[in-house]
Amino acid sequence: MAIWLNKDSKVIVQGMTGATGMKHTKLMLADGTEVVGGVNPRKAGTSVDFDGTEVPVFGTVKEAIEKTGADVSVIFVPEKFTKDAVVEAIDAEIPLAVVITEGIAVHDTAAFWAYAGKKGNKTRIIGPNCPGIITPGQSNVGIIPGDITKPGRIGLVSKSGTLTYQMMYELRDIGFSTAVGIGGDPIIGTTHIDALAAFQADPDTDLIVMIGEIGGDAEERAAAFIKENVTKPVVGYVAGFTAPEGKTMGHAGAIVSGSSGTAQAKKEALEAAGVKVGKTPTETAGLAREILGG
Amino acid sequence: MDLFEYQARDLFAKHDVPVLAGEVIDTPEAARAATERLGGKSVVKAQVKVGGRGKAGGVKLAASADEAVARATDILGMDIKGHTVHKVMIAETAPEILEEYYVSFLLDRANRTFLSIASVEGGMEIEEVAATRPEAVAKTAIDAIDGVDEAKAREIVEAAKFPAEVADKVADVLVRLWDTFIKSDALLVEVNPLAKVASGDVIALDGKVSLDENAEFRHPEYEELHDKDAANPLEAAAKAKNLNYVKLDGEVGIIGNGAGLVMSTLDVVAYAGEKHGNVKPANFLDIGGGASAQVMANGLEIILGDPDVRSVFVNVFGGITACDEVANGIVQALKLLEDRGENVSKPLVVRLDGNNAELGRQILTDANHPLVQRVDTMDGAADKAAELAHAAK
Repeated sequence: MAIWLNKDSKVIVQGMTGATGMKHTKLMLADGTEVVGGVNPRKAGTSVDFDGTEVPVFGTVKEAIEKTGADVSVIFVPEKFTKDAVVEAIDAEIPLAVVITEGIAVHDTAAFWAYAGKKGNKTRIIGPNCPGIITPGQSNVGIIPGDITKPGRIGLVSKSGTLTYQMMYELRDIGFSTAVGIGGDPIIGTTHIDALAAFQADPDTDLIVMIGEIGGDAEERAAAFIKENVTKPVVGYVAGFTAPEGKTMGHAGAIVSGSSGTAQAKKEALEAAGVKVGKTPTETAGLAREILGG
Repeated sequence: MDLFEYQARDLFAKHDVPVLAGEVIDTPEAARAATERLGGKSVVKAQVKVGGRGKAGGVKLAASADEAVARATDILGMDIKGHTVHKVMIAETAPEILEEYYVSFLLDRANRTFLSIASVEGGMEIEEVAATRPEAVAKTAIDAIDGVDEAKAREIVEAAKFPAEVADKVADVLVRLWDTFIKSDALLVEVNPLAKVASGDVIALDGKVSLDENAEFRHPEYEELHDKDAANPLEAAAKAKNLNYVKLDGEVGIIGNGAGLVMSTLDVVAYAGEKHGNVKPANFLDIGGGASAQVMANGLEIILGDPDVRSVFVNVFGGITACDEVANGIVQALKLLEDRGENVSKPLVVRLDGNNAELGRQILTDANHPLVQRVDTMDGAADKAAELAHAAK
């Protein structure tokens, strides 16, 4: 069953005809994702050939949904135009919008998040600045490599793209139900808590791996949620113990401010909620392996 | 990007938030003319991006132009909590202050929106007020689309229980401050203190502003706000090459792909260092997904140019990028630097995993570069890099 994405998901790509959109649409198709269209008002009515698969280009998200029944949009448009693209997806009431674009101004993210709320939160937003979501063997939306691992019973939620890949690789022999990268920006749509709740409810997931990093208090809130609501085993990893105060470490949201947002505080909160936290990605994978008895 | 007080003052003035006159100078002699322009007396204020400058002697009254020069001489070059004072602001002396308040707008990460914080107990750190007298701090959520109009400003004023006689004026300041926040793409605008003076006016006497560098594309004015003096030379060189680099104080140079993996690499190296003379990571450097030979060469050049670096750990997980391309990048980058006459003499430990890892590892083995060692696990490679850094110390 997995979460949010499965073999029946019909995916459109906003920004498909740009260089990044083209590259990743091709890869998504190769992974078996049902990509049913692209959106670009200037190229509406044309189509793009991806190794023999013709993908039509529509003028708007609304039109793409009407003509194809799409229920997922993945957004690759440049950061200056991302807010408008997400607002269009929200207006079209697409159930899932995955925002890959990085470098978005946080006022833009705050604005589209507020807009989604005013429209009744009919669109789940993942990202921005995230690698996307993959349900191995079924569908892959975003830029996560499709060939790292196979279908299995671990659910993964992570702020970081490459740590998502690393963890999928470490546990590739066991496999994953769904892996979702939620992004490292200060404001994101889908949170650790959303993913934890979905994995808890997913009969195909036996264990959850949660990866966090410095900045904000999302991990602390996730820990509180786990304590109250999650009965499945959770294994955690937090990056950034050595990050100095006041420096942004790559991700816009990865910053220790004063004494808040430290990796130590996050690790302690998770451990207090019964989560086993590894010191390194490899050790974390080992903890998951131990619990699953493999 | 955090601004200096004088930059915040200028930004407030641009958006009609009431402030006192002031100008920034960087030589003691310039304090004379600046003070004369203010009528012969001034406040000399150290410009540093750290709190507590008053206690450190970085804010002094000057009753004459001569005295302003003397105070500026004292303060320029002063060290305040590790920050060297390169500039001072010569500010108008404040009229008699009757009360000090606090107002700010900031990003509220947890609630994914904006927040107003207001208090009638200003003049000290708001965290301190919040800790000792939480009831004196009013937090009001701000809708990112609706923003702060007069009605919302009144709501904030009431929540913080501002005295009736300043309510209108504080509300007005809040609307203008919100305008500053939105139009500048700020992450924080803070006025502390917002002072009620003898005339009954309220004036922003000191302020903090932090701007969102991701919004720089629509703010050409950000360019001149960057603090070029403070940038570490290696950080400045990295920025010029579009590299995401942060200088740290250890000995193991780090190159990796992806912010999370690089942060994790720093931690793993620090753990490994505990067994090897406590060596630590020397930097954060994320070369991103592409990891081309040119980008790898740029990154290696910065790291090899850091005199603190004793060994280098290249930690790459090939996602979409294939490890054979990364391996070729490393080999070509070393050649490029050697051809250019750079001194390439520090040992490199390379760990490649993921997409085409076997091919990549084979390329490194075949290249057989005397400085490059392959270790195929992240923890093992970190241990080796720490060991080499310790041995070279």
